[in-house]
Amino acid sequence: MATAPVQRTNPAFYALLIALVFMSVGPVALMFINSFKLDVDIISGTSGLIFMPTIQNYETALCDILPYELDHLDFCSLKFGEAFINSLIIALISTALTLIIGCMAAYALVRFKFMGRDTASFTTLMVRMVPPAVLLVPVFGLWNNEFCIGRSTMFGEFWRDTFGGRGDLCLAGTYGGIILVYVAMNLPFVIWILQSFIVQVPRSLEEAARVDGAGPFRVFFLVVLPLIKPGLAAAAIFTFRIAWNEYLLASALSDRDTRTVPILIVNNMSEFNVEWGVIMATGMLLAIPPILFTLFASRQIITGMTAGAVKG
Amino acid sequence: MNSANRLTPYLFMAPAIVIMGIALIYPLGYMMYGSLLDWNPSQSIEEAEFVGLKNYITLWGDPNFHESLAVTLIFAFVGVSIELVLGVGLALLLDRNLRGMTLLRTMFILPMMIAPVVVGLMWRYMFHPTVGTFNRTLEALGLPTVDWLGQNALLSVIIADVWQWTPFIFILSLAALQSLPRSALEAARIDGATAWQQIIHIKLPLMMPVLIVTGLLRLIDAFKVLEVILVLTEGGPGLSTEILALRISRTATEFRELGVAAAMSNYLLILLMLLTAAMFTLSRIQEIRANRVRAAAEEDS
Repeated sequence: MATAPVQRTNPAFYALLIALVFMSVGPVALMFINSFKLDVDIISGTSGLIFMPTIQNYETALCDILPYELDHLDFCSLKFGEAFINSLIIALISTALTLIIGCMAAYALVRFKFMGRDTASFTTLMVRMVPPAVLLVPVFGLWNNEFCIGRSTMFGEFWRDTFGGRGDLCLAGTYGGIILVYVAMNLPFVIWILQSFIVQVPRSLEEAARVDGAGPFRVFFLVVLPLIKPGLAAAAIFTFRIAWNEYLLASALSDRDTRTVPILIVNNMSEFNVEWGVIMATGMLLAIPPILFTLFASRQIITGMTAGAVKG
Repeated sequence: MNSANRLTPYLFMAPAIVIMGIALIYPLGYMMYGSLLDWNPSQSIEEAEFVGLKNYITLWGDPNFHESLAVTLIFAFVGVSIELVLGVGLALLLDRNLRGMTLLRTMFILPMMIAPVVVGLMWRYMFHPTVGTFNRTLEALGLPTVDWLGQNALLSVIIADVWQWTPFIFILSLAALQSLPRSALEAARIDGATAWQQIIHIKLPLMMPVLIVTGLLRLIDAFKVLEVILVLTEGGPGLSTEILALRISRTATEFRELGVAAAMSNYLLILLMLLTAAMFTLSRIQEIRANRVRAAAEEDS
């Protein structure tokens, strides 16, 4: 492309570009600005940009983890800080697990010929299109009734004696329960995307390592993994994004202590009187990690997107 | 080859198979069985009564389900069509050497990365009848205001989806465009083909395989959309924006009919399965055809 001459561009073209950027970033910028406004300013709306910026909305949102007392708030009802930490734990652990498990499976699918390979490959492809809504009913039923340790069994008794609580120990309501669904849900996609990166690793490198006496696991972790770092980065971002943003399954599986941020935002939106300022602040906080990824890893994101779709 | 070597691939596959088995395949089987039951959330699956295909038959004749299905199809097909036209159009327009291209693409990814819940929240504010940005702008210009989330709810929901996902199509078609064989385009230019002729006879046919895969991927994803609509309209007013995913979740949680919800999930799954099958067949056919076009184009040059 370096050979192509730089075309003359007319001003209308640049106007179009500016309009496009404005359209894609505008709504986010609007939310950012509004999160620094008091509700009075948002509703009166005399003018978009002239107002006293305040961090009061953020203080209200984060009231449960702020070290100081707030004057404008008698009671801290919004447990945003707690939900934020839950979201972080769930998203980080499920991303790490998905990546490790996913790249091992992708490696096996690309590099080995074994019985059942085609079935495994095909199943992975097909389950990729299962929407979370379809998993809602079975996961709700299984996690609450089947995947439990009975209270009369030895481990159940031990758990009850140590940590308290009544009834059976179930996966629902625990971090583990939500993480398990997220890992399973993201695996097909991660396997799919990483396959296209592993194919590009030259076989000769692996064979050289094998001749030197390295076992298959050493070859994989020490030779292959470092070479597919861009692919891993892309896969990590996409997995994190889904685990961080997901609402439906989290709302079915979590309890008061394991609520994630999206649940909190939806609950606050469905109240009769929407406090726009605080809601925008919570939305902004939830959007911070994705925005950071976009700014600092857009190349990996684009690589991942193209690898995931183009290799039909 | 000794036995340790033969086991290696299975060792690599084992964790993935176990996890997907427990948390994807088994639940799907559980759902198929559950769809044959009269089952509410307070019962365990053993206590539920077996009713055979009753749930499926009820749904087949249920006008609310029909409406929900229609809304889903309209949302998905109209939304994705608009996204395809806009995305491909922009890619054709912006496929040139520009200094700020990387920055531009970065800006375009932003909507896709942000949580659907947050997207819903931003647009709900902008669509708000009195406080919202759109109606305020219309008022300031002296135009009549629009009842965005009332009468035009489905349109508004589609607008939000187009905003979020057009960049996906744009970026993939741009990548496809930039990987086209330069020689064919060069040859066409020398032969005096106009820009339009180049687009219609060379660029679009060569991009077709990627476009079809991209469009179908988007279509499959459009059937998964739930959070944006949940936050924007909660499916209302009436049933006008209640897509299937939302109806499944409401049937399970509000109406407490897990069996019916499971049967509905199965219908949705069948629909998506057909789309996926279509994607594979079409992309295979197109790949063969594109290879032929490419070979012909390269021969000419």
